[in-house]
Amino acid sequence: MSNSKQLHTRYSRQIALKEFGEAGQEKLLQAKVLVVGAGGLGCAALQYLVAAGTGAIGIIDDDIVSLSNLHRQPLYGVKDIGLSKAIVAGNVLRQLNPDTQFSVYNERLTVTNALEIIGGYDIVVDGTDNFATRYMVNDACVLLGKPLVYGAVSRFEGQVAVFNQPTDTQHPPVNYRDLFPQPPAAGEVSNCSETGVLGVLPGIIGTMQAGETIKLVTGIGTPLINSLLTYNALNNQVFECQLAARSGTRSLIPQHAAAFAATDYNWLCGVTESIFEIDAEKFNALRTNGNVVIIDVREPGETPVVTEFEHTRIPLGSIEKEFVDEGHDTIILFCQSGKRSLQAAALLAGKWGVEKKVFSLAGGILQWKLEN
Amino acid sequence: MEVILFGQLTDITGSNTIVVDNIADTDSLVETINRLYPAMAGVKYLIAVNKKVVQHNTAITEAGTVALLPPFSGG
Repeated sequence: MSNSKQLHTRYSRQIALKEFGEAGQEKLLQAKVLVVGAGGLGCAALQYLVAAGTGAIGIIDDDIVSLSNLHRQPLYGVKDIGLSKAIVAGNVLRQLNPDTQFSVYNERLTVTNALEIIGGYDIVVDGTDNFATRYMVNDACVLLGKPLVYGAVSRFEGQVAVFNQPTDTQHPPVNYRDLFPQPPAAGEVSNCSETGVLGVLPGIIGTMQAGETIKLVTGIGTPLINSLLTYNALNNQVFECQLAARSGTRSLIPQHAAAFAATDYNWLCGVTESIFEIDAEKFNALRTNGNVVIIDVREPGETPVVTEFEHTRIPLGSIEKEFVDEGHDTIILFCQSGKRSLQAAALLAGKWGVEKKVFSLAGGILQWKLEN
Repeated sequence: MEVILFGQLTDITGSNTIVVDNIADTDSLVETINRLYPAMAGVKYLIAVNKKVVQHNTAITEAGTVALLPPFSGG
């Protein structure tokens, strides 16, 4: 069977739809979609976008697979615990559709790389799990004029919307800041790890995001442009409401690339926890499956003595000088309570941060011993 | 009239619908809700009147639908 015949067979059931047809499939095969976050929303969106024949897919996530992810992130299995979500997702999805071109970014989307990465795509799917990244992705999409397919979940409810997609001259495109101009205060809105989420919910919402993306690309149906849909999985109620641009929103968004690069989204969102910190579950996932070196940065003789896992010892004072690269792609530092290891992480990230992931065990070995 | 609530707002009110009477517009709705549920004063939400998100004080009729929608962050 020729390649074009195979393609035709693979997509025959959607080509058969008269609204979609060969023209729709051709548009999808040319489309470049970036999925930010390969968590619950991202897993679902990615699977259907890839299966449907999206030409190029970008996957960006700096997180690793943890046991508590598996109930809602079915691209991953037990053997993947401790491994990079972006890399594992890429490998699984390549099996699903080898004709899709994949760009896998095993890194965090930041003000430094966001404009360059997003600039290479036609549409962005928001599968992030925190406000700092959501506001940053929103602002970057406004700056670059890229449509953003938004999705978010909380417990049993999910939201979907299409932002930044022009319709006509009377209705300027709406973005997330037209809904909530400023991020909520830290702790005001809980995330999945705090309040929980029904596993199937991000699957439903992420799949809806894939559907909206396919509709945008192919021009079929009525995507949720300037409209916010809320779905409740407990009672199957759907509530859709119309959105409008808000005067003054544009002034809250960085006006150009240099202003964007200088914006501290963590600070705006009141994020106080360091990007270096990992909890005991993630620590255990990394140490059992990752290519990791673990370093105790306490002074010689400090107790408790750690015999539960392999590690080396380099006190904080000499970590910069004495750390020797042995080719591990992740460095995890720990101390008594997590304070010195955080300092050490900042020091090592300054030198190795581009090529390695550097983490500090939050709460230190004392907290870890309580939980293990 | 009945007000529909979403997400964590229901933790404050204890229910996903509340009933308020003699409400002429969204400003008096917010005032009444803040009096009945003081914790609502400190949280962000959108107000949708007849399925349109409103940004300024908007008249509400007894037959209208009003919904309060908070931001979600999970993914």
